[in-house]
Amino acid sequence: MIDPKAFSWRFLRVWERNLVVYKKIWKVNFLTPLLEPLFYILAFGLGFSGLIDNVHYGGVDFSYTAFIAPALIATAVMWNAFFETTYASFVRMYYQKTFDGMLATPLSLEEIIIAEIVWSATKATGAATIMLMVLGLLGFIQFPLGLLLIPLAFFGGLAFGAIGMFFTGITPTIDMFNLPIFLFITPMFLFSGTFFPVSNLPVWAQPAALAFPLYHLAELARRFSIGTNETAPIISIVYLIVFFLFFTSLALSRMKKRLIQ
Amino acid sequence: MDKIIDIQNLVKQFDGFTAVNDISFSVHRGEFFGLLGPNGAGKTTTIRMLYGFSPPTRGTLQIFGMDIKADFRKIKSRIGVCQQENTLDPDLSVKQNLHVFAGYFSIPKKEAAERTEELLDFFALSHKKDAKVIELSGGMARRLILARSLINRPELLILDEPTTGLDPQSRHQVWEKLEDLKKSGLTVVITTHNMEEASHLCDRLVIVDHGKILVDGSPEALIERHAGSNIIEIEGPDQTLIEYVKEHDIGHDDLGRRLILYETETKDLNNTIRERFCNEKCIYRNSTLEDVFLRLTGRGLRE
Repeated sequence: MIDPKAFSWRFLRVWERNLVVYKKIWKVNFLTPLLEPLFYILAFGLGFSGLIDNVHYGGVDFSYTAFIAPALIATAVMWNAFFETTYASFVRMYYQKTFDGMLATPLSLEEIIIAEIVWSATKATGAATIMLMVLGLLGFIQFPLGLLLIPLAFFGGLAFGAIGMFFTGITPTIDMFNLPIFLFITPMFLFSGTFFPVSNLPVWAQPAALAFPLYHLAELARRFSIGTNETAPIISIVYLIVFFLFFTSLALSRMKKRLIQ
Repeated sequence: MDKIIDIQNLVKQFDGFTAVNDISFSVHRGEFFGLLGPNGAGKTTTIRMLYGFSPPTRGTLQIFGMDIKADFRKIKSRIGVCQQENTLDPDLSVKQNLHVFAGYFSIPKKEAAERTEELLDFFALSHKKDAKVIELSGGMARRLILARSLINRPELLILDEPTTGLDPQSRHQVWEKLEDLKKSGLTVVITTHNMEEASHLCDRLVIVDHGKILVDGSPEALIERHAGSNIIEIEGPDQTLIEYVKEHDIGHDDLGRRLILYETETKDLNNTIRERFCNEKCIYRNSTLEDVFLRLTGRGLRE
């Protein structure tokens, strides 16, 4: 099934293509990650601070805003990567026929798909880096440890980009992306220990949260920014690697079925 | 002669439907080769197998003496493809479309920039180099796709209906460019519905229908063989004429209100028909490739 000849560094050419396009609209792309953390910190920091005392997490007490700040970066990674390989990749594949054009060159479909996933991780890393600077200036990140969030964002972006690409391989129309967003992304956004510790959930619901990739990304993000976490980092790292590999291979086979006839 | 394409017993099936049914042909270096047929005949499927987009179900497909499955990357780096659909990248400018595409072939940046300039110039697009693809007219977009298919200096150019939907001016301009390329010795495979285009450009062609090759030859030879050099079209033929035609075994198509007679000159019947049966409207004209095409593939609608 997997043909090693179909993989080469040539995928970087497709990645480069996306970079060329991104550069044209970088100012708009820049704005969201710059403002988003500010909005959240303002809303939750100021709005909730009177209602919520400290959050007890990983054996330490944190202010509520300090607790959610690292998770904001993790969720931005998820949204950026997932949106890129769903809506944006689907537009390129289906409406713009960009992949069809590429397939008339020495590029293989495998390289195109890998490039899309790597690109989504790159975009997620860009957004995370900007957020990191904003949150760092506000004092929510420990440096230099916090710099590890940059490679972490890329790593997490690969995982969410891969599952997004899988959905692109199976969705019949662009509107159908509502389904994975409503049933998968949104619950994950809310229940992955992002806005409250998973230990606050009822005991029966805790393992479900642990199955979410965002939980593991948020865990690692806290490890690298506020220096503590609930689950051993090695478990989270292995989980995300397996998740990435599993959905990349699934995305490749679905896209092959979809595009190569 | 040097074989650029060699296809033997090629078959392509989709879910039990046979789109290409055991076809064999070869194309030699420097040839301008046409693949003609009605909609759904299997032309585009064949073309897609040629440039490695679609894997054959059975049979062998060799390009430059290499197998498409084993050496897809080597083969694809030496061919240019002009797809039927507009696959230009709308996120990029005209110039970037060529430049980024060159990247997919791993052409060094400096050389890519040179070739981009050269091709924009050749296809009269230099004044539009910073335009968005969406701003181009149909003719300009086609020329840009053609330019893009030449960015890697291919030895084989594959054109899938390169002039469909173009106005006569744009079509003639594309033909002119294709003739220039032909003169430079490039090997070309073209599919088209435009019979004028095929007889004008092709050295040799095949007509396919229902996934099979019906005939193979130069446009002139095919016309001579399947339609004769002249054709008589008779409006409102009467019963005596139809009986006469059958009696003398004249090749014909009876369309009800119109009767078409082929190869009359070989039987020396031209004058007899003119004198005896041309009461109303008779048209004497040279045969064309379109006559051959319709005679072989029938006049029924396909879609």
